[in-house]
Amino acid sequence: MCLAIPMEVLKIDGQSAEVQVGGTRQTVRLDLISEFPEVGDFVIVHAGFALTRLDREEAIATLKLFEEGLNIELV
Amino acid sequence: MNLFDNFKDPELCKVLLDRIHSELDGELRFMEVCGTHTVSIFRSGVRSLLSDKVVHLSGPGCPVCVTHDSEVAAFLELAGKNAIITTFGDLMRVPGPDKKSLKSAQAEGARVKIVYSPFDALKIAQDNPGDKVVFLGVGFETTAPAIAATVKVAREQGISNFSVLCFHKLVPPALDALVGDPDLKVQAFLLPGHVSAIIGVEPYRFLAEKHGLPAVVAGFEPVDILQALHLFVTMRGEGRAEVVNAYRRVVSDAGNPKAVSVMNEVFEPADALWRGIGLIPGSGLTVREEYAAFDAMRVFGMELKDVPEIKGCRCGDVLKGKLSPEKCPLFGKACTPAAPVGPCMVSTEGSCAAYYKYRV
Repeated sequence: MCLAIPMEVLKIDGQSAEVQVGGTRQTVRLDLISEFPEVGDFVIVHAGFALTRLDREEAIATLKLFEEGLNIELV
Repeated sequence: MNLFDNFKDPELCKVLLDRIHSELDGELRFMEVCGTHTVSIFRSGVRSLLSDKVVHLSGPGCPVCVTHDSEVAAFLELAGKNAIITTFGDLMRVPGPDKKSLKSAQAEGARVKIVYSPFDALKIAQDNPGDKVVFLGVGFETTAPAIAATVKVAREQGISNFSVLCFHKLVPPALDALVGDPDLKVQAFLLPGHVSAIIGVEPYRFLAEKHGLPAVVAGFEPVDILQALHLFVTMRGEGRAEVVNAYRRVVSDAGNPKAVSVMNEVFEPADALWRGIGLIPGSGLTVREEYAAFDAMRVFGMELKDVPEIKGCRCGDVLKGKLSPEKCPLFGKACTPAAPVGPCMVSTEGSCAAYYKYRV
C-alpha cells in the first residue's frame, strides 16, 4: 500500500501539479511536499499526493559510493 | 541509461550478491516490514538468487493485512448505514465476520466506491451534498498525511458531509512490540522506504541502541535491497549495529516535517489493534478533538466491537514472521488469491499472495 511512484512534473498550478510517467498523466496535490518542486523535477507520488522530490544529486552520490566500494563503473 | 535505472542494473546486482555470499559469516535472518518490499524481493528475482543462509522474513508491513477483524467489522457496519463509502481498492475483498466483505456488501446494494486518492473521495462529497461520504482510512505513515491533508481541505472549504474512519497504524511502535517477543528470531530489519520518507530515520534508532539490531532504510529496486543486505553483512563483520539511511535519493534523515506536521495537526497517537499481534500502545492514530466533525466513529456513533477471528486462518503468525505462508494448512488449498480466507492472501502486497504468485 505504501507503493509510491516517481513522476515527472509538467505543470504547477497552486497546490496542484500535473505529473506524468510512461504516458500516464495525472493531477497530484502538493500540500505535503516540504520542498516545492519545479517543472522537470521528479516527485514521489502516493495516493494522489506528492510526498517528496527525487534527489538526482543523492542518487549520483550513492552510485559513486558503489563505484568506489565495489570497484565498478556506473555513472 | 536513465540515472535511476542504475538501481536495477543486473551487473551491479551480481557484484553485490557475490559480496553478500562471500562475506557472510553464518546465517542472516532479515525481516522487511513493507508490502512493497515483499513484492519487490519476489518479483525482481532477488529472493531466488539468495543462498539458504540469507533468510527473508516478511513482517507486518501490509496495512490491509494488519487491519484487525474488529476494524473490518466496522467497515461492514458502516456499509450498512445510509452513506457513501469510499475506499482504496485493496480493502474490497478483505473478509470480515460471516465471510462478508465490502465487495459482497456492494453487491447487496451498499454504496461503496473505490478511489485512488482520498482527495477523490472529497470530490465525491462535494458532488453529493445530500449524502454523508466516508473515507476508510487505513495505511501507515506514508498514507496518513494524505488523508490528514484532505480533512484539512474539507474543513477549510466547509465540506461538512465528509468524514474519515481512522484506522491508521504506525510502524515504529509495532517494531518495538515485535522485537520484544523472545520467540522472534530476526537479526536485521529492512526498513520501509516510503514510511521513512515521512518520519525520517530517528524513530528507528531504538532498534540499534536498545536491541543491538542493525536496520537499513532501503528503496525498492533490486540494487537497493541487495545494498541493504550487504550493509547488514558489513556491519556484522565489523561488530557494529546501526540504523543506516541507504535510500537518500528519496529519504532525508529528518523525513518530511511538513507532512508530519499536517498528520499531527489532524490526528493524534492512540492504542491500536493489529491482526496477529493484538493491542500495541500508541501504535495507531485517531482524529483529534478539533476535527471531531470529520471522524466517522463520532459522526455515526460507532464503537469497535469484539468479533471472532477467521477460523483456521494463520495470518497472525505469518505477520509476525513465525510461520512461512506455505506452511499454513490452508495455503494454496482452501486459501488462494481467487478465494482468499485471510487478508494476507487478499492484498497483492500480502505475504501469502506474494508467495503464491512467485513461489519457485
